[in-house]
Amino acid sequence: MKRHLISAADLTRDDAVLILDTAEEMARVADRPIKKLPTLRGRTICNLFFEDSTRTRISFEAAEKRLSADVINFAAKGSSVSKGESLKDTAQTLEAMGVDAVVIRHSASGAPYRLATSGWIDAPVINAGDGTHQHPTQALLDAFTMRRRLIGPDAGLGQDLAGRRITLVGDVLHSRVARSNVDLLHTLGAEVTLVAPPTLVPVGVENWPCEVSYDLDAVLPKSDAVMMLRVQRERMNAAFFPTEREYSRRYGLDGERMARMPGHALVMHPGPMVRGMEITAEVADSDRCTVVEQVANGVSIRMAVLYLLLGGNEPALTHPRTEEK
Amino acid sequence: MSKILIRGARVLGGEPQDVLIDGEFIEAVGTGLSAEGAEVVEADGKILLPGLVDLHTHLREPGREDSETVLTGTRAAASGGYTSVFAMANTFPVADTAGVVEQVYRLGKEHGYCDVQPIGAVTVGLEGKKLAELGAMHESAAGVTVFSDDGKCVDDAVIMRRALEYVKAFGGVVAQHAQEPRLTEGAQMNEGVVSAELGLSGWPAVAEESIIARDVLLAEHVGSRVHICHLSTAGSVEIVRWAKSRGIDVTAEVTPHHLLLTDEMVRSYNPVYKVNPPLRTERDVLALREALADGTIDIVATDHAPHPHEDKDCEWAAAAMGMVGLETALSVVQRTMVDTGLLTWADVADRMSFAPARIGSAAGHGRPVSAGEPANLTLVDSAYRGEVDPAGFASRSRNTPYEGRELPGRVTHTFLRGRATLVDGKLA
Ligand SMILES: [Zn+2]
Repeated sequence: MKRHLISAADLTRDDAVLILDTAEEMARVADRPIKKLPTLRGRTICNLFFEDSTRTRISFEAAEKRLSADVINFAAKGSSVSKGESLKDTAQTLEAMGVDAVVIRHSASGAPYRLATSGWIDAPVINAGDGTHQHPTQALLDAFTMRRRLIGPDAGLGQDLAGRRITLVGDVLHSRVARSNVDLLHTLGAEVTLVAPPTLVPVGVENWPCEVSYDLDAVLPKSDAVMMLRVQRERMNAAFFPTEREYSRRYGLDGERMARMPGHALVMHPGPMVRGMEITAEVADSDRCTVVEQVANGVSIRMAVLYLLLGGNEPALTHPRTEEK
Repeated sequence: MSKILIRGARVLGGEPQDVLIDGEFIEAVGTGLSAEGAEVVEADGKILLPGLVDLHTHLREPGREDSETVLTGTRAAASGGYTSVFAMANTFPVADTAGVVEQVYRLGKEHGYCDVQPIGAVTVGLEGKKLAELGAMHESAAGVTVFSDDGKCVDDAVIMRRALEYVKAFGGVVAQHAQEPRLTEGAQMNEGVVSAELGLSGWPAVAEESIIARDVLLAEHVGSRVHICHLSTAGSVEIVRWAKSRGIDVTAEVTPHHLLLTDEMVRSYNPVYKVNPPLRTERDVLALREALADGTIDIVATDHAPHPHEDKDCEWAAAAMGMVGLETALSVVQRTMVDTGLLTWADVADRMSFAPARIGSAAGHGRPVSAGEPANLTLVDSAYRGEVDPAGFASRSRNTPYEGRELPGRVTHTFLRGRATLVDGKLA
């Protein structure tokens, strides 16, 4: 694996499968009475959040603590883009403090890449979401959730998602989740289809390894998983679509549409869900919907990523049976 | 000593000749000229061009002297072979009154490295609402003939129409920064394959092309002359080509960086590549080169845009737009246009001196290299090859995209009215 995790596109198939397999092992820790491993004892990890995201921060923090790392949370809300130098300044402060890894969330696309490549800091950098660019651990946890549901936790080990048909629906244009998922799912052998109104599909999408459709109903029957992306209500004012009602009529997922999906197919959502417009309560609360599992899986995935980037040379992962000796 | 003999220079790329300068003027051009009483510059096959003229420079003074001043900017200009630069109006305060343009003009004269011809703002404060006192700026000591809100587009069609009409009274020209503001809100880079992947907001080609299309039609309707700044797309080229074929009085410029660099560079997220208009695709670059070669694009202008280190040493979205260009322009033009066979050196003289001087009405500049003409000259060692080292720049800022890149050619001497401003690559 590379030294940093900036983009899902940086991962090879084997890297990605290794992370998913490692996450399976990490998931078992969650079932133990003491949910903690000594793996990163004495290592300091900084969660550097320039943009609010309680969910993602807590998920990383839980993962770090379960691996016994020391955690520094640094929130620099919204200040960076208006005052250019703060990212560099902050990075150099962290470098001086000797942090062992930086988890960064930033509203500017490319900020984690700059952090990792500008020589401001030496530690591994993990992208926890940058602008409308990438959110690789989200893509990994989504893939993990799909593999568990579509193949199974144990049967899935060593497996990718070859031949699975995954549909992403909604605001692709502004979605780092969509970009990361298209990259990772393609690497894992899945066939990805994006469904959105044309206004919410980026110019240049033709180079992405996926199909694009404007017709949700045509795609649903051929989908093994349907991932709903968040649509911000502000998009309506910017004329990306005429009304919320029209959006949900054409691109929302309700019970009737869900019934057109194959019996085994999942409904996914990166959360938080806007119930009503993009997904109805009926669908959100159905047992096909994996939103809650995705949250739990997020911790396992982040443990796996941190472990692999920082865990050093030990070949055996944190195998519970070895651990318990 | 007032006489200088430049010996064995290839004037405009032709056969070697001697050029004798006496005082501010060229006294003779020929072979075997006597060196008596003259200081001799052995040119030995170097290319001799008329002093370069840049119709689009940001000198930053007044207001952003941390980026550049008239002194440092004109020193950079002399290093790059320029004898005349047109200073853009987006300073603080904005150059929208006779007072500000006269100040900039006078600083240029005092420092003596390069003539500085201020460009006046089209609208008060570059706000696009109300015409600035265009006539007063023209009548001032600075004698402004070029007006531009560069950095911003004059997007109100009525204001643009009035400006085009108004400057006809004194032979002025409006230089448009073509950028439809609504289509480029929050725009970070060329909209296309790369922006889709990088998740940076797209800057569509049509935002530039729609304004150019509108402005050439306005110029036609009111019978005025319009100049289009820094064309960056293949579509813009098509529109200008069509306008010229229709007899519309339009001229256009391209920057060196749009002749060489593409949006692929943005994959590095290095803000040194962040520029307005943005770097476009390979296809656009090739169309721009072809258009400069066939005359659709009249001139090369640097859009020299100095920024201090801290405005670029940050994340992409927070970074300032622009790159310095005066000291590398000729090398980039040699690399993209001369070494590729698209232009001769005589053509380069046209695109970088004669034509910009004509468009901007720069008296005494862009003149033939012949007896009786002002001795504004540039000597180029076209055989030179070397890596660009910004540490040696005369510009106060170092935001060049060419650091460590090998570029051909080097300006060794620049003469401003017979006085050397650059000797053997060193500022005089
Ligand atoms: Zn401009």
